[in-house]
Amino acid sequence: MMGEATARVPIVELRDVTVLLGGRKGWLRKSVPPVRAVGGVSLSVQQGDILGLVGESGCGKTTLGRTLLGLQRETAGDIRLDGAPVGKLPPKAARRRRNDIHYVHQDAGAALDPWWSIGRTLDEGLRIQGGTAVARRRARVDEILDAVGLDPTTRRRYPHELSGGQLRRVALARILLLRPRFVILDEPTSGLDMSVQATVLNLLLDLRQRFGLTYLFISHDLSVVKRFCDRVAIMYLGRIVELASAADIFAEPRHPYTRALLAAVPRLEGNTRKVEPIEGEPPSAARLPPGCVFSGRCPHAVAECREREPELQAEDGHAVACWRWRDTLEERPAAPPLTGASNEREYAASLAK
Amino acid sequence: MSVASPILAVRGLKLSIRTDEGIARILDHIDFALQPGHILGIVGESGCGKSTLIRAVLGILPLGATVEAGDIDFAGEKLLRLPERELSRRIRGSRIGFVPQDPYLALNPVFKIGRQVLEIMRWHAPGRGAAQHRERLIGLLRRVHLPDAEAALDRYPHQFSGGQRQRLLIAAALACGPELVIADEPTTALDVTTQQQILALLRELTEEFGLSMLFVTHDLGVVAELCDETCVIYAGQTVESGPTRELLDAPKHPYTRALLACHPDRSDSFIGIPGSVPSPLRAAPGCRFAPRCAEARPACTMRPPHLDTLIEGRRVDCVLYDELESVVA
Amino acid sequence: MLILRKFARDIPALIGLVIVVVVVIVAVVGPWLAPYPKDAYASHLLQRLKPPSSAFPFGTDNLGRDMLSRVILGARGALEVALIVVGVAAAIGVPLGLVAGYRGGWVSESIMRVTDVFLALPQLILALALAQLMTPSLESAMIALALTYWPYFTRLVFAETRRLQSALFVDALRGIGAGDARILFLHILPNAMSPIIVRATIGMGFTILVAAVLGFLGMGATPPQPDWGLTISESRSYLPGAWWYSIFPGLAILVTVLGFNMLGDGLRDLVDPRLRRSR
Repeated sequence: MMGEATARVPIVELRDVTVLLGGRKGWLRKSVPPVRAVGGVSLSVQQGDILGLVGESGCGKTTLGRTLLGLQRETAGDIRLDGAPVGKLPPKAARRRRNDIHYVHQDAGAALDPWWSIGRTLDEGLRIQGGTAVARRRARVDEILDAVGLDPTTRRRYPHELSGGQLRRVALARILLLRPRFVILDEPTSGLDMSVQATVLNLLLDLRQRFGLTYLFISHDLSVVKRFCDRVAIMYLGRIVELASAADIFAEPRHPYTRALLAAVPRLEGNTRKVEPIEGEPPSAARLPPGCVFSGRCPHAVAECREREPELQAEDGHAVACWRWRDTLEERPAAPPLTGASNEREYAASLAK
Repeated sequence: MSVASPILAVRGLKLSIRTDEGIARILDHIDFALQPGHILGIVGESGCGKSTLIRAVLGILPLGATVEAGDIDFAGEKLLRLPERELSRRIRGSRIGFVPQDPYLALNPVFKIGRQVLEIMRWHAPGRGAAQHRERLIGLLRRVHLPDAEAALDRYPHQFSGGQRQRLLIAAALACGPELVIADEPTTALDVTTQQQILALLRELTEEFGLSMLFVTHDLGVVAELCDETCVIYAGQTVESGPTRELLDAPKHPYTRALLACHPDRSDSFIGIPGSVPSPLRAAPGCRFAPRCAEARPACTMRPPHLDTLIEGRRVDCVLYDELESVVA
Repeated sequence: MLILRKFARDIPALIGLVIVVVVVIVAVVGPWLAPYPKDAYASHLLQRLKPPSSAFPFGTDNLGRDMLSRVILGARGALEVALIVVGVAAAIGVPLGLVAGYRGGWVSESIMRVTDVFLALPQLILALALAQLMTPSLESAMIALALTYWPYFTRLVFAETRRLQSALFVDALRGIGAGDARILFLHILPNAMSPIIVRATIGMGFTILVAAVLGFLGMGATPPQPDWGLTISESRSYLPGAWWYSIFPGLAILVTVLGFNMLGDGLRDLVDPRLRRSR
C-alpha cells in the first residue's frame, strides 16, 4: 500500500490522550499524587478495521477502553468520532454523544444483573433507547439472539445458568441491539477454553461482516490477536510503544518490550531457544521513571533512554517508540514467527468441516 | 524403559459429589503415575475435574464427595485410607506442598505474610526454634527471588504484586521440605512475562531440591515448556498420557489431537471443537468424548471406560487403539 | 423446586416457618377460632381467676375472661403492630439508604450521621421516650417504634447500595445509557432485597417483643384490649397464684418471636439469585 491513502476520516481517533486517576489534594488528608494510567496516546481506527490493543495488567488498556467509551473522562487530549470532537464530557453526556460506541466486558457474567432474566436484560437496552413497541422489541431480540447463535429459550434463563461462552454471546447481543458502529471488546477470550474461543472469534468476525462493525480488541493473548486483528498497538505503562499491522508486528517486532512479550509466550515446541525471561516487574504507575517507561527493565537501555521519553515514530506504516530499536535488532535474534507442524494442519483442516 | 517406583500413582480413581441437583460423577477414571524428580502435567479444559482431582490427592474434598473406587499411592502410603489427622499432620504441607491457583485469594489479608508462613512451619516442625524457621524462610524467599526478603516478612499480602505473591506461595509450599509439590494452575492468573519467570523458577527449584511436581494447567504451551510427562483429562476421564514431547508431536487420542489442532501454534485460523463438555450430572457410560469425536464408533459408548492400551510408552484410552499392541487391563 | 429442597434441609428455618404460619392463621381466623370471642371485651365475674380446665384451657383472668380466647385474639394485634411498624420503618429507611448510598457528598453524610445517632441509642429506651411525648395508646406505640426502627434499614441499604454501585453490571448499565433512577430502583434495590427481607422478618419478631414491653409498661395498648404485654402487666397483682394469667401470654410472645427469628435466619441462606431457575 502506498503511504498516502486518500484521507478517509477514521471512525474513531485519539490524539494525545492522557488519563490521570486518583489523586487527592491534601486538606485534612495526606496528598496523594494521581496515577498516569494513560499517557499521551494517539490512535486512529478506520471503519471496518480491527485494532488490537495488547498489554499486560496495569498497562492502562482497560482505562483507555473506558475513556474511549466515555465512562472515564480524559484529563487531556482529543477524542473524535467520525472526525467530530466528542471529548471533554462527563460520563452521562459522553455516553449520549458517543452512543455509536459500545463495550463488552471481560467478565460477561458479572456484567449482567443476576436477578434479571436474559430476555428482560436484553429488552432493557431497547427500552432505554425508547420509541419501540413491545412486539417490535421482542422481534428484535429474537433476531439478535439468532444472530449470535443463541436459542430463543435463552430469554427465560438467568445468568448463572449459562456457560462462559453463552454469557459472552448475551453480552454481544445486548449491545448489538443498540446498533453500535464501534465495539470495544475487553478480553473476549479470556477464561474461555481453547476449544470454545474459536466459536466466539468466528462469531465476532461474522458479526463484523453482517453489521458493519469496527472493533477495538483489548487482549493480553498475543496468539489470538495475531490471527484476529488487522493492526496491533502494544501498550506498556500507559504508553503505546509499538503500532503496526498484525503481520508486521509479529514478523518483525521492533520494540524490546514487544520482543520480550512474544518470547514469553509458551510454545508447543518447548523452550528450545532457551530465552531468558526479562527481569523484574513493571514499576507502579504512581511512580513512573523519567524517560522511557520501559527503561527500568530493558536489557538495551542506555543513559538517553532513562532521560528522554521516546515518541511513537512511524516508518513505512510501522511505528515504534524507542531510541535504539534499530541497534537492538542486531543484538538479539528476533522471536521466531508462530509456525505449526504440518501434519496437524491437515488434521485441523479435516475437523474444520 | 525401566520404571522406577512412582512417587505418586493414581489408579482407577472414581469420585462423585452429591449436589442439590443430583449426583455429579466428576471423576470417572483417572489413572497416572508421577516418577520421582519429574514434572507431570495434568492438562484439561474447564469442567474436566482437575481441581477435584487435586483435592482428592490432598484429602480436602468437599462434603458430599464420595470416592467410589480407586487408589492414590504416595511414596508407599495409601492416601485415601489415611484418617484426616494423619493427612494434616504428616502429609499435607510437610510432605506434599501445594501452590494454589489464585495468588490474590490464597493469602489471609489481615495477617503479615511472615506470620502466616511461619505459623505453618512451626506447626509441622514444632521442635525447631522460631529463629531457625525464620532463617529458613528468609533463605527460601531469597531463593524465589522475592525482593527484599527480610522486610517482606513484615508486609501484608496486598503490598505485593500478583507475581510476587505467587513466588511467596511457592516458598510457602517448600517451607517444610516436601517431596512432592502440587501446583494448581499457578500461572493462569498472571501476565505472560511473569508466567515465564515463574515457570523458569519452578524448573530451577525442582532440579535443585529434587522435587517431584504435579502441574495442573489448561495451557498446552506451558506443558511443552515445563513438563516431562503429560496426562490429558477430558470430563473426568484420563484419555492419554506419556512423555510430553512425544505426546505433543504425535498425539494418539482424538481429543488430544483436536485440542492440539486448536492451538495457535498449529493453526492460523480459528478451530474449535464443536459441541460442549457433558455435564457430570448426566454422565453417559463409556467414553465421554464420543459425542464430539470425529472418529466415534458404536463401541465407544459401550465399552468399559478404562481399558488402557500401552503403546510405545504411551497410555491411550480409546477404542481405536484397542486392537493394537499390548493391552493393559 | 430448588428453593424448597434447600429450605427443607434447614430444620430451624422450617420450624420458624411453621410457627409464623400458625401465628398468621391464628391472627386471621382468630374471632372464629376463639371459643369465647366476645371475651375480648366482656366480663364474667363469677368465673374470675379459674385455673386451666377443659372449659377454659388457659384459665380465666381477673374479669373472668377466657385466657385462650384472649391470647388468640392478641395475636391479631401483635401481628398488626409488627406489620405496620416494620412496613413504615422500611418505607422510610430503605429510600433513605438508597439515596445515601448512591450519591456521596453532604446528602449522604447527613443522612448517615442522623442514622448513626438513632442507632447509638437502644431502641426500647428511645421508643419509650417518644411514647411518653404522646398519649399512651397502641397507635403512639407504633409510631414510636417505627421512628426508632427505620435506621436499621437505612444502614443496611446504604452498605448494599455502596457495594452494588461499583458492581460490574451497574457499570454495564451506565454504558448502555441507563439513568440513575432506573439503576437505583430496578437494579440496585432488587439486589439489596435479600438482607432487607431478612431484617424485616427478624424485625417483626423484635417489634412484637418491644411492643409487648411497651404494653407491659402501660405505654402501648390500653385495657380492655387483649394485648399480650398488657395482659402480663395486668397479671402482676395475681401472681404467683394465678400463674396461667402470665405464663400463656408470655409463651405466646416467646414462641412468636422465636419463630420469626428462626425464619429470618433461614431466609438469609435462601435469598440468593442463583436459586432462581428458568421456568
